[in-house]
Amino acid sequence: MAEPAPERPLPAWSLPAGTAESLALPTEWPGRVTREWAWGGSTGKGVRVCILDSGVERDHPDVGGLAGAVAVQVGEDDEIAVVDDVEGDLCGHGTACAGIVRSIAPDCELHSVRVLGAGFTGSGTALLGGLRWAVEQGFHVINMSLSTTKSQFAGLLHEVADTAYFRRTVLVASAHNMPVESYPWRFSSVISVGSHEEPDAQTFYYNPSPPVEFFARGVDVEIAWLGGSRARSTGNSFATPHMTGICALILGKHPELTPFQLKSALYLTASNVEGGQ
Amino acid sequence: MSEDGLRAAVAAGVLASEDAHRALLQATVEVARGIFYAKASSVLLYDEETDELVFEAVAGEGSDTLVGQRLPSSTGIGGWVLVTRQPIVLDDVSQDPRFAEDAAKRTGFVPKGLMCVPLIHDEEPLGVLYVLDRPQQTRFSLEEMELLGLFGNQAAIALDLLRKARRAQAVLEDADTDSALLARVAENLEGLDGPRRAAGIELLRSLEGLFKG
Repeated sequence: MAEPAPERPLPAWSLPAGTAESLALPTEWPGRVTREWAWGGSTGKGVRVCILDSGVERDHPDVGGLAGAVAVQVGEDDEIAVVDDVEGDLCGHGTACAGIVRSIAPDCELHSVRVLGAGFTGSGTALLGGLRWAVEQGFHVINMSLSTTKSQFAGLLHEVADTAYFRRTVLVASAHNMPVESYPWRFSSVISVGSHEEPDAQTFYYNPSPPVEFFARGVDVEIAWLGGSRARSTGNSFATPHMTGICALILGKHPELTPFQLKSALYLTASNVEGGQ
Repeated sequence: MSEDGLRAAVAAGVLASEDAHRALLQATVEVARGIFYAKASSVLLYDEETDELVFEAVAGEGSDTLVGQRLPSSTGIGGWVLVTRQPIVLDDVSQDPRFAEDAAKRTGFVPKGLMCVPLIHDEEPLGVLYVLDRPQQTRFSLEEMELLGLFGNQAAIALDLLRKARRAQAVLEDADTDSALLARVAENLEGLDGPRRAAGIELLRSLEGLFKG
């Protein structure tokens, strides 16, 4: 093995001669990536998943407990405070997402970051602040069934999404169900999800015509809802946690994967691609 | 006063009253109820001053009690839809004890299922549209979801008209502003006919020339 090149003092984004071995990848990729290779035997153990939403009802039997729950508050001058969440779920949606992730990756570690409840006026600021905070915490996967139509937030969200991508936090975001411009699902650094109508939780498709990159189960899904109840629901916001759960399974088995590699593994194991069949 | 405000004020002097816009909104919820074969449908407008959602038009169940009632803007299903801009379809939601109690308190009617879509115009969600208890013998399809979204876009335009009419009306009612003066002139001119109208227009033309220098 060649001597590692001495560290250069200059922050040059280049690969000097003789240093290619420093980029040795920790994962051996098989000739054919299958679902068995990608997540066979995985339960999502060791993977920290964040549900950025309306809060989560932690004692709902389908949620199976939370490792942490915080709420994002917006003060005067748009100052952000992140405090322990004592209110739980203000809508039901976050609980539904948590239940879906748990049903796919039963041993993952679930965290709730509540960005709802600051009033509509503060909602964009809470969303951005909550996402920034979640990225700083280093969660492995952030489930984001939310978006904003305000173009003023687009640039800032883009920055946070790219930061997450480079820090190995995978952002899984719902595509809009309506023909409007919204963010962050349109960014290529996130995994964007729309719905298909099939009933299988692990059926997902790669879409070669972006911006939506994957379709997962999102129609007539049985979900956890408030007060320990259950409901059935439809929407891209329920397709998203299905992909989040599958990401947690893959990262549980291959924790070294970067978001780029994870997205490649998803592509290769999609139901319309050879490795997913 | 912005240019928009001035235009709105002048328009308010000559255009239809809030009643006509309200009728448009009412027709919108009636159609929403019709196309989805639903028991009820309603439109809620976001009130910036109080940071709440207000029932503006209701068709079917609750039509005699709900108009004017308010909901929080970032809790509950309507709040989630407003904040996230994502439509949602829920069935069997009546199992949720809090939802059932709240619905019963408001109207005496607990829907089994609902669809809720944000009404977005020029990036801004203006409010939400609810459709309650569509028949559940058929499975919901993504085509219906798209139809709901398209219909939501149309309803958003109706809601935007109502909002602008109200803003213009507020300008008119504030008698001390310059734009209110302009609006009153436009309103009075609209009410004139015959030689008095001709004389009024002649006078305005002279004023226009004077302003242009």
